[in-house]
Amino acid sequence: MIHDFAVVWGERDLMLSGLANTVVLSVLAGLCALLLGALLSTVLMQKQRAVALGARVFVDVARCTPFLLFAYLIYYGLPSLGVRFDNWGAGLVALIVYHTAYMAEILRAAWVAQPREPIEAGLAFGYSGLRMFRRIVLPPLVLASAPVVGNQVIQIVKDSAFLTIIALPELTHAASSVQSRHYVPFAAFLTAVLLYWGICLVIESGVSAVGRMAEARR
Amino acid sequence: MSTALDALDATAPWVRASADAPILSVSALSKSFGSLRVLSDIHFTVGRGETVCVLGPSGSGKSTLLRCINWLERPDSGRIAIDGQQIGISSGGVVMNDRELALMRTRTGMVFQHFALWPHLTVVQNVVEAPLHVQKRPRDEVYAEAEVLLERVGLAAKKDVFPARLSGGQKQRVGIARALAMKPALLLFDEPTSALDPELVGEVLAVMRDLARDGMTMVVVTHEMAFAREAATRIIFLDLGSIVETGAPEAFFSAPRSDRARQFLLRYAGTLSDVVRPGP
Repeated sequence: MIHDFAVVWGERDLMLSGLANTVVLSVLAGLCALLLGALLSTVLMQKQRAVALGARVFVDVARCTPFLLFAYLIYYGLPSLGVRFDNWGAGLVALIVYHTAYMAEILRAAWVAQPREPIEAGLAFGYSGLRMFRRIVLPPLVLASAPVVGNQVIQIVKDSAFLTIIALPELTHAASSVQSRHYVPFAAFLTAVLLYWGICLVIESGVSAVGRMAEARR
Repeated sequence: MSTALDALDATAPWVRASADAPILSVSALSKSFGSLRVLSDIHFTVGRGETVCVLGPSGSGKSTLLRCINWLERPDSGRIAIDGQQIGISSGGVVMNDRELALMRTRTGMVFQHFALWPHLTVVQNVVEAPLHVQKRPRDEVYAEAEVLLERVGLAAKKDVFPARLSGGQKQRVGIARALAMKPALLLFDEPTSALDPELVGEVLAVMRDLARDGMTMVVVTHEMAFAREAATRIIFLDLGSIVETGAPEAFFSAPRSDRARQFLLRYAGTLSDVVRPGP
């Protein structure tokens, strides 16, 4: 068994590049999904019913689709409509679009629970539109929903593992390569699990940092 | 000599007219919520440096009136002008869009019943937020003024504290400093002490009294009769959405002309028995 781990250690460059790719994918997808989700949440909160309804349909459909199917659709399905991505493009687009729906719903739920008065004060002090959203509405939303957003980022990290099926060289793909090359499935996959766990620990410490900021303001 | 004086006199009416032009003028203001008529045909003006207290029973339309002044509530009809410039309707006669309305609202400062401070910002950040990001004034100047304002409301020591760590009275004093930081032509107070514990009311009223004395133009919706009597230059008494009576505070409290004002004051007889005598 020790020997198996030594074999994985021998392939550390491959494993580390897989880890790096997973981190890059997750960070990019997490940031973009949060940003786009914030914008989409403003659409969900629109008073014009038709606009809000369009966003609502997208959010519900995306949330009810298994991520694997969603990735298949973008990588294998879209080319028949003339839209073609390479595996990195398809993987990133799938992660971002899919999790934007979740982020939007998370922020919308936090928004509904916010007190009305500070926003009203924003109106009275001359805020409107995007400035109102960015300066007055969004900061308390992010503070209030940090634990749920953090949870969603962890979900992004885990969903990125599905992208091994479109040959994206992320961590699961790397572990899979190592095990098939040397037939050390337990050592290779357990190493990957521990590395995923490490990523999650970093995310959780980020969440608790934001949580402390929120606590100081509560 | 006399000709010089005459010349001065000749110019005086014009000068006086400009100085006496009302900061706020409200005419024919009406507002309904569904079938409920909240305000009907309200007319009044507020001159520079006046402190006008709006009194009246709960549900009389006081807060709605205040919120119509800066169009937080959109009036159904009527005209509201601040410093001669109409609010809500642009010169072409069309209703302003959100951006134009927001710009107009910066000419009034507002103090809210439930403080409505921005919870993610510290005390001083609350004060500088709109001057910096809406009015786009220079940072150094805005921060320097914020220090002076916080000193004035007695909260200089709390400037880096978040609102959640303050008492109600302190929160409201921050609310007043925040409103003053906009350098508004007019300050609007919406029941500023109604959400406070009784022992905290005094510190807020003291700040408001100072402002009134310093010549700030204010419209104050309140239930604090003693404050109204002492600090107001004029009382507007509102009932069932109409102005029933308006006048100097002394006259209003000692000799209300209308039955409804008399009844309203009687309900405060416990604290104002020396002031209010029931009519014959």
